[in-house]
Amino acid sequence: MEILEGYRPRDGGTVEVLGADPQRGSSAWRERIGVMLQSSSLYPNLTVRESLRVFAGYYANPRDADEVVELVQLTEKRDARVRTLSGGQKRRLDLGLALVGDPEVIFLDEPTTGFDPSARRTAWDTVRNLRALGKTILLTTHYLDEAEQLADRVAVLRDGVIVREGSPSELTGGDVETEIRYRRGGDEVVERTTDPTRRLHELTAEALARGEELDQLEVRRPTLEDVYLELTAE
Amino acid sequence: MRLFLHELRTEQVLFWRNREAAFFTFFLPVIFFLVFGSIYGGDTIAGVHGASFLEAGMIGYGVASTAFAGLAITMVIRRESGVLKRIRATPLPPWTYIAAVLVSTFVTFLVEAVLLIALGRALFSVGLPTRPLSLLLALVLGAAAFAAMGLGLTSAVRSAEGSSAVVNFVYLPMAIISGTFFSPAKYPGFLRAIADVLPLTYFTKLTRDVMVRHHHIWSETGSIAVVALWGVIGLVAAIRGFRWQPREG
Repeated sequence: MEILEGYRPRDGGTVEVLGADPQRGSSAWRERIGVMLQSSSLYPNLTVRESLRVFAGYYANPRDADEVVELVQLTEKRDARVRTLSGGQKRRLDLGLALVGDPEVIFLDEPTTGFDPSARRTAWDTVRNLRALGKTILLTTHYLDEAEQLADRVAVLRDGVIVREGSPSELTGGDVETEIRYRRGGDEVVERTTDPTRRLHELTAEALARGEELDQLEVRRPTLEDVYLELTAE
Repeated sequence: MRLFLHELRTEQVLFWRNREAAFFTFFLPVIFFLVFGSIYGGDTIAGVHGASFLEAGMIGYGVASTAFAGLAITMVIRRESGVLKRIRATPLPPWTYIAAVLVSTFVTFLVEAVLLIALGRALFSVGLPTRPLSLLLALVLGAAAFAAMGLGLTSAVRSAEGSSAVVNFVYLPMAIISGTFFSPAKYPGFLRAIADVLPLTYFTKLTRDVMVRHHHIWSETGSIAVVALWGVIGLVAAIRGFRWQPREG
């Protein structure tokens, strides 16, 4: 991520973002990218709106600060000093600062770390809105449900190497096994099958014939998390 | 130019909003001037009017607190909190940013000098500077040299928490030994020996020669040379050691 953002020199190979080598990124190139770092880096004594205006001033064609305030849902806090914001609110302002230059490519480094579930949903909506506007977003995350929800393409990195790449459904689909879980006589039974429709039909038919209930029956397609664990366990 | 003015304005807002920093770097020399001026402003120090002597000394203390200590602490905190890194990702050119930070520091110091001179005139009947151009040149030289040293010092400080401890450890003893408060003439030999190499000794001598003894700045080439030499040392340290990001690991 930091190589793509131009912070760090590459060890080898070629890197190109928007047709330029990030290491030699010009001001014109920086006009077109937006960066949200892993940790918040803000001026504690400015208000939310002032912070956005300061950063807007660095760009030739920025978005309106008030519009960004709404986009990251800090409308009620727009005149509050940054140091009075909660951790999640600071992260949202951080996101706002990455967007205020109206960039084409947006780098979000673990944007929802430390968010509560509802704040995470809100942030996801913001990212979806940006995607709908045609922005390219590169997002890193440890939350695989986040990747599954937001990404068009997912790359799984292990030791700095991409070990799998594709759409979430490509990664979780294919010949991966589906898991069927239920309880019989108090014991949990877990089955894995590549042919879930038929297996489920057999199980339910047997149970009906015996007049039993398949307690806590659950059919689960593998999530990205399962795929990730499998890939990184090797 | 638009970016420079935008950042200069931002820097001024940031400075005055941070009340603790504004107090220590801007108001402390003013308060010391009022306190010590009341105590020995009427005495004669080193053959001149005490308050006049102190006023020029507090301008020396002011350059150390605003351009050196204040700048160094601010830049370490910004580096460690990731603000500098963040700014590097924007189209604001690095040199425009540095220039705005330095000019903003100079503006603050200039306001402080004007305030000290006005207070000296109003409360302790110190005459207005008779060599305003020489004084202005001296202030520019001092601010530039001490700002370079301040930026150079940032590379020696590893954490934001340690920044004010390290910086105060350097600048408070320097301010006292250099004779900004008192005449160094009565100091013991070893302190005088230290004072003889410190840049603030020479900057304070320069402001006193211009303000109290009415010399032209260009007759003080010795003081100018020492202050400038220290400025160059600071500049080299700043160029070699200045970082935009926290150290890794």
